[in-house]
Amino acid sequence: MAFVSTRDLNAVLTTRLAAGDPPEVSILPNPGFMHELADSRKLVPLHTVLDMNRIRRDYASSWLDLGTHHRKLYAIFYKATSKGTIWYSPKNFRAKGYSVPKTWEEMLALSDKIVSQGGTPWVIAAESGAATGWPLTDWIEIIVLNTSGPDIYDRWAAHEIPWTAPAIRRGFETLGRIVHTPKYVYGGPTGVLATNFINGAYVPYTSPPGAYMNYLGGFAQTFIKRHYPNFEPGEDYALFPFPTIEPEHAGGITGGADVIVLTKDTPGARSLIQYLSTAKAQEIWAKKGGFIASNKNVKLDVYPDVIARQMALQLTNATVFRFDGSDLMPAKVSDAFWKAALEYVNDPAKLDKILKSVEEVASDAYGKGKGG
Amino acid sequence: MGSALFFLTVYLIYPILNTAYISFLGNGSEEFTGLSNYWYVFTNADMLAALKNNLLWLLLFTSTTVSLGLVIAFLTDRVRYEAGAKALIFLPMAISFVAAGVIWRFMFEFRPAGVPQIGLLNAAMDSLPGLEPVAWLVNPRVNTFALIGVGIWVWTGFCMVILSAGLKSIPIGILEAARIDGASEWRIFRSIIVPMMGTTILVVATTMVIIVLKVFDIVYVMTNGNLGTEVIANRMYKEMFNYHHFGRASAIAIILLLAVIPAIVFNLRRFRAQEAMQ
Repeated sequence: MAFVSTRDLNAVLTTRLAAGDPPEVSILPNPGFMHELADSRKLVPLHTVLDMNRIRRDYASSWLDLGTHHRKLYAIFYKATSKGTIWYSPKNFRAKGYSVPKTWEEMLALSDKIVSQGGTPWVIAAESGAATGWPLTDWIEIIVLNTSGPDIYDRWAAHEIPWTAPAIRRGFETLGRIVHTPKYVYGGPTGVLATNFINGAYVPYTSPPGAYMNYLGGFAQTFIKRHYPNFEPGEDYALFPFPTIEPEHAGGITGGADVIVLTKDTPGARSLIQYLSTAKAQEIWAKKGGFIASNKNVKLDVYPDVIARQMALQLTNATVFRFDGSDLMPAKVSDAFWKAALEYVNDPAKLDKILKSVEEVASDAYGKGKGG
Repeated sequence: MGSALFFLTVYLIYPILNTAYISFLGNGSEEFTGLSNYWYVFTNADMLAALKNNLLWLLLFTSTTVSLGLVIAFLTDRVRYEAGAKALIFLPMAISFVAAGVIWRFMFEFRPAGVPQIGLLNAAMDSLPGLEPVAWLVNPRVNTFALIGVGIWVWTGFCMVILSAGLKSIPIGILEAARIDGASEWRIFRSIIVPMMGTTILVVATTMVIIVLKVFDIVYVMTNGNLGTEVIANRMYKEMFNYHHFGRASAIAIILLLAVIPAIVFNLRRFRAQEAMQ
């Protein structure tokens, strides 16, 4: 099997599909792209490939819904990630007598306490090369899910409510409550815009700690483990779930997963995708770490450490799970969303203008019905 | 001749005509949409910002690379270490734009005040009293200038080499006569060298214009057009590969082509005039 990896998937895959030379199996970063491709009939529907009875036993309906386009399954999901995770150092918390906050108010109170003791509560790192801004939109998405609930969230992702709606505005402003409070964030708003998200993940573990908390998806564990190979999971670093903002919408988590689609129908590609969908295949990777399975029959004890098990539980037990909203939007809109978040951090006074300009992009992109 | 025409048609004329055709179609190149893609290019806020930045690039990049190139060519003309000095200035030309972007990202690297700086520029700022580190690529007041600076770093050497060759073609007798008449070096530079090299300077300047209109790699690698640094070519890339709107991407490509044509025509005319003289 020849594996081609690229940092510019859109360009590579678009070109190869247009040239009539598609790879057999493609791994996409988001279901938005899957819908675009399925719409232009570039994908092979999986009901002819997989044993659908087994699939329905192995996967929660939320995962199958995510992979479905016009009532046909086109994708299975791999490497699931929880984005309901705030990273911290239990050692540092213990040294200062801080306890893990359960609500947004407790989290702000803790932040104030850290500031009053001369520390910096947060690191928020938005820089990510050509994709700069996504760590901020992750924040806004989980805030919207936890303040306004899954229905509003779904309507937002499908552009059934405008970007200027109060729920979305509140999402930005709630993030602003942290980013724009003096001394709350490592480097202030400029630090947010200029710090790379991987480097940012290390900041809570420097001595003295550069910050105490970092909201970043579950994949942060990979960076922390690589950078601090001697760290004890759950002791030197750990995670706590995103706090409750509105009690009626408590416990909603966002997340992501890699999307595996069949771009060329060959016997080899069929058996690969059949194999990848099984619990047995996913257990192999889960055992190695940095991987949470979407297949619900993967046993919890295969995960290598307490953190991975905590995330797997979070993903299977979540009352509400929603795919990363910007990954569901047309590329053009999620691009505009990233940019809007950067501009908002840079200058919160422009929020009205910023939201209006995303709304313009969205009306244009969704209006065409073809995702961009 | 016949085969040259064939290759020109296949590799140049057909793609241009096809792009022009696509620029009048919708995002999937299926329906005819008239001038709407062009309307978008000249009214969309992101596109307008990109056009404004390209203008800034055009003015600042072209004037700085050409004048710096000329000054360096003149200053190194009669020194012992001429070859070494020029080699150093020319060296960045050997580096691709993408690599230059990556290198300069390290140069511009920003850490918040109080944390040890790892970027050269901010480490220097940090060591001077009273100066705070600057987020070069993030601060909208400086970021476009920081990117233009990288472009200048790469292309000044090219201007210098061409201009230096032009300088050397000025008959030594004229310069010596001026010196005997008591003209200062500044006077010689202003009143003899610049006018006599007028054509060469114009050709180098138009070449720089052609290059700067296409500027893409530096912006794509370093900021991806965020926070007010967008340029036209990066916009074209996004429309094409991120948004899959072939119509708009083609419209931008055609506009870039039209913008470059006068510079190309000018360069060709000069070239022909020179050929005719020889």
